[in-house]
Amino acid sequence: MASVMPKSPRSVRLAAAALCAGFGALLVRAVLAIPEDHPGLAPVVAERIAESGVEHAVTAVLLNFRSYDTLLEIAVLVLATIGVLSIAGSHSSVWAPVAEEADPVLSALARLLAPFMVLASGYLLWAGEHAPGGAFQAGSVLGAAGVLLALSGYARPAWVSRFGLRVVISVGLIVFLAIAVGVMFLGGALLEYPDGYAKALVLIVETWLTVSIGAILVSLFIASASPIEELRARAGDGR
Amino acid sequence: MSQTDIYTLAGAALFVIGLYGLITRPHLIHKILALNIMSGGVFLVFVGIARRVMSPDPDPLPHAMVLTGIVVTVSSTAYALALAKRIYSETGMAALDAPDVIEEPEASSG
Repeated sequence: MASVMPKSPRSVRLAAAALCAGFGALLVRAVLAIPEDHPGLAPVVAERIAESGVEHAVTAVLLNFRSYDTLLEIAVLVLATIGVLSIAGSHSSVWAPVAEEADPVLSALARLLAPFMVLASGYLLWAGEHAPGGAFQAGSVLGAAGVLLALSGYARPAWVSRFGLRVVISVGLIVFLAIAVGVMFLGGALLEYPDGYAKALVLIVETWLTVSIGAILVSLFIASASPIEELRARAGDGR
Repeated sequence: MSQTDIYTLAGAALFVIGLYGLITRPHLIHKILALNIMSGGVFLVFVGIARRVMSPDPDPLPHAMVLTGIVVTVSSTAYALALAKRIYSETGMAALDAPDVIEEPEASSG
């Protein structure tokens, strides 16, 4: 190795080790102090799951019982993407091919795999209703397909404009917010789905979330993957 | 001490290891990695806690929180990496500390 890994001074390391050991002991005590003889929230969720519009408990918690978590989560994702695009990706290089000369075997394989990954993503989205799966898993597979294509030398298709990409990135949050606030006009509270419409609304939200999450993950990856020399050259141009 | 406690305690250990790395490593990439190890520990604790119940099914609420947490970790990691790269490209430094602990960029890295 040409370089030595930087380290903090010995005193700092010792103090940090003591602090971490003490904190770790506290953590272990706290975790073991949680009572084991309580039923947890599973029975509560099971009791009300018929009202949630879906059959799988985790999806019911994510998209109905605690949907404000998920709403804030997609907001965090969109904010992080805005941050990354402003810091790392120049507007022109977003979603450029990461590898300039891709391996022909890899790019042929990626072309074969991509449609199946989109199919798997759709299946995961649908399966989330009654089995492990859902919008975030489906979005991850969609994003992985995009990353794979970018690594195999495929650029953003010409018909996806920069504005269009930003619309897709934010559409999940916009639809979710619109539904969250929209149900208030029907007399409910924020995110309180009206009786009988829960399933349809959850599915609409999940579908648009999947599309957005896929686009967000690809954009995060590709914007962060631009070479540092390129970033430097751009910074130099701007001055 | 049950079987699931192994996961919970391993999660706590991971969190502490990450915390130590976060404090002692000046290099920004090391700090980002340490943060990721810490969140991995938190997820493991949640998964363990979800099983620390009497009912036969695990508690779905911690599972949902782990799913949310994974996504937040991914986005914060991406943002932190973008910031670290920007700091490096603007200042030539990959750490926030004094120059004497700065790692010289290797010729092979790109």
